[in-house]
Amino acid sequence: MSFLNIRSLSKRYGTVTALDDVDLSVASGSRTAIVGPSGSGKTTLLRIIAGFDTPDRGEVVLDDIVLADGQESVPAHRRGIGVVAQDGALFPHLTIEQNIGFGLDRRAADRPVRIRELMDMVGLDRSMLERSPDQLSGGQQQRVALARALARKPRLMLLDEPFSALDTGLRAATRKAVAQVLSDAGIATILVTHDQSEALSFADQLAVMRSGKLVQVGSPQHVYLHPNDVLTAEFLGEALLLPAQLDGGQADCAFGRIAVNDKDGRGPATIMIRPEQVVLMTSPGLPHSSGDVPTVEAVVVGLDFCGSTSELLLHIGGDRRISLRQPSSDAISVGASVAIGMRGTAHVLKR
Amino acid sequence: MLSGLAAVIALLALLPLGFVVWVALVTGWDTVAAMLFRPKVGELLVNTVLLILLTLPACILLSVTLAWLTERSDMPGARLWAWLSVAPLAIPAFVHSYAWISLWPRFHGLPAGVAVSVVAYFPFLYLPVAAAFRRLDPALEDQAASLGLPPLQVFCRVVLPQLRLAICGGALLVGLHLLAEYGLYVMIRFDTFTTAIVDQFQSTYNGVAANMLAVVLVLCCFALLAFETLARGNRRYARLGSGAARRAAPVRLGRAKPVCLLIPVITALFALGVPVYTLGRWLVAGGTQIWRLNDIGLALGQTLLLCLIGGVATTAAALPMAWLSIRRPSRSNRLLESFYYLASSMPGVVIALALVTVAVRVVLPLYQTLATVLLAYIIMFLPRALVSLRASIAQAPVELEQAAASLGRSPAASLWSVTVRLAAPGAAAGMALSALGIMNELTATQMLAPNGTRTLAMAFWALSSEIDYAGAAPYALIMVLFSLPMTWLLYSQSKRIAGR
Repeated sequence: MSFLNIRSLSKRYGTVTALDDVDLSVASGSRTAIVGPSGSGKTTLLRIIAGFDTPDRGEVVLDDIVLADGQESVPAHRRGIGVVAQDGALFPHLTIEQNIGFGLDRRAADRPVRIRELMDMVGLDRSMLERSPDQLSGGQQQRVALARALARKPRLMLLDEPFSALDTGLRAATRKAVAQVLSDAGIATILVTHDQSEALSFADQLAVMRSGKLVQVGSPQHVYLHPNDVLTAEFLGEALLLPAQLDGGQADCAFGRIAVNDKDGRGPATIMIRPEQVVLMTSPGLPHSSGDVPTVEAVVVGLDFCGSTSELLLHIGGDRRISLRQPSSDAISVGASVAIGMRGTAHVLKR
Repeated sequence: MLSGLAAVIALLALLPLGFVVWVALVTGWDTVAAMLFRPKVGELLVNTVLLILLTLPACILLSVTLAWLTERSDMPGARLWAWLSVAPLAIPAFVHSYAWISLWPRFHGLPAGVAVSVVAYFPFLYLPVAAAFRRLDPALEDQAASLGLPPLQVFCRVVLPQLRLAICGGALLVGLHLLAEYGLYVMIRFDTFTTAIVDQFQSTYNGVAANMLAVVLVLCCFALLAFETLARGNRRYARLGSGAARRAAPVRLGRAKPVCLLIPVITALFALGVPVYTLGRWLVAGGTQIWRLNDIGLALGQTLLLCLIGGVATTAAALPMAWLSIRRPSRSNRLLESFYYLASSMPGVVIALALVTVAVRVVLPLYQTLATVLLAYIIMFLPRALVSLRASIAQAPVELEQAAASLGRSPAASLWSVTVRLAAPGAAAGMALSALGIMNELTATQMLAPNGTRTLAMAFWALSSEIDYAGAAPYALIMVLFSLPMTWLLYSQSKRIAGR
């Protein structure tokens, strides 16, 4: 049962196509992440949903109400859609209390109570009520922005890279807190980000955007393991891309003969393996068993230590080299012989 | 060291005020009472207060409307109208009233005073307000809309508060001009404290009455300053986010477009059309014989030299205070800064009178030298340089200066290589504004300049006082023509400060 429906949405700025025939559905209470490199049109999509911009063509329907149909558009202030901007966009001339209460009726008797509830909801200390925004840290500012957007009980919440200005530790914590608050409130959410790990961990539904088009939509796991093309595969994480010969559910490649997820394909193709699918054993004669994973011999010719993981450059029979990120181990050094194999099935990329 | 420098400049600037206070103290209460508690003084007070109360709101309303139309709407020819809203600055205030009075000889008193003041001074408000509009981050307005506010409420609750600093600063500048202007009001026969002080001084040469009126004038200025400080508040208005703000999409005026277009058209008609028409008429009527090239050339050369030296000196004098008021906004620095405004709110004639007295009594060799008249210019035009410098120093974040310091620059060197460079547009604007003021300055120049000085403004005033309106026209024309490039500079710099 979809709550927000976007149909063949297009938008141009001069000669630049920002959105090209975009379709997207969002279920009520769900979390969708739109991920893509900068300039891919994801912020434009968000601005059109919010009502800050009008599309050239296409429609936006929220809960069976048409918000935008071509250039006919319901103005932002009548949409009831919450927005948290990249840097929070707190009003610098108002205190925290006034910021959070901005969208509330100024004469409402329960206004102070509501504001305090919202502060508790996003985990802000009440002593901050009288402060001005520039006295808060970036993470606190984002929480205020969220509380302010929640105050109007929006049907849909739009998050425009709200965590990108925060440092790494704070980022994950703030993201979890925000996701929790929004889930508890049962508000459908769309997050726009260029950070793939943020998108993967936040979303129920992942939409990958590139050059104004939604190139793939699906569950994070599905899109991660079964990307439609090379660019998506590489954008969502490290990927081993190998040339292979398909042969009805099997493929011949640098890893030997392995299982692939294409039962019927034959002939040359590109297959993708995620690094975590790779099993690496220091040979020869290692105690731990390789199970039934077929392995091939390889020699470590390059090693780049990065703490918990290391980037290995392996030389496999012939003159084939692959580079591979693996958990660090002091058993591996340059010149060592290893055996590599693969778990599960490799993904055949469409051409 | 910087605070010391700023304090010394403040002390020099306060010389005229100190002089007035000193006169008041040595005069004795009975004389003071006799001089001040008179119906004439009450009448002047009513005139001055009414002038300010009517002119300032009109200027604010006009400037905010024009700035919104030119910066935020899809009005056709917005750039042209923006420029035409700044252009009246190129016309000296007394030329504005010369134009009105020769077109409508019977237009005088308070209505004339308010009307001419609005057209002569509204650009001082338009410039900062338009710049503030350009700097506004439209994300805040989007945010307010997403919180359910219709456009009009967004304007009142988000946009207007962001304009507050610009409106306060501009209104203060206009208010100070209203208090200090002489020529404009004499021509349309409207009495203010300033015109009364000049009258007293010229008729009696007995400074006491003039100085007593100056005391009241200084009190008016105090009131204006206090009101501005109150209205300005101490909130922070700088944008919180990182990166550059998106540019706002222009608002479609739709069917209101013709009505909206009338506003800048009518403004330009009165603020530019009237002076241009009058000057053109006199120039045509006067023919070639009003162009006495020897006289004109001499006046022009002297004026330009004074403008150049005065503009540079004034901006240099404003720099320490501008930096302190942004970077060290302490109570004492705010007080110090208010001394600058206070000092320059003194009418030119009082500053001149004070400097004459000090020169004659204390340092006679300085009497009627370039140094004295320059000091008078610095005192008078410090706020022009200060306001421009302050605005642009506020654009140069302190973090950059700290970065320079961490890279081994001394405080002075980092101030020079970072803040001064970034504030350069503001400094240029400040110089242009003060030079513009000097070109149009009349009273102090007349009293202080070395013997034989005859600036364009002095020549214009002498001729128009003799009702030789045609003979005065070439001088007015030259003043306007020379002010135009400086006004253009001001206009384009204000664009560049906002990065567009």
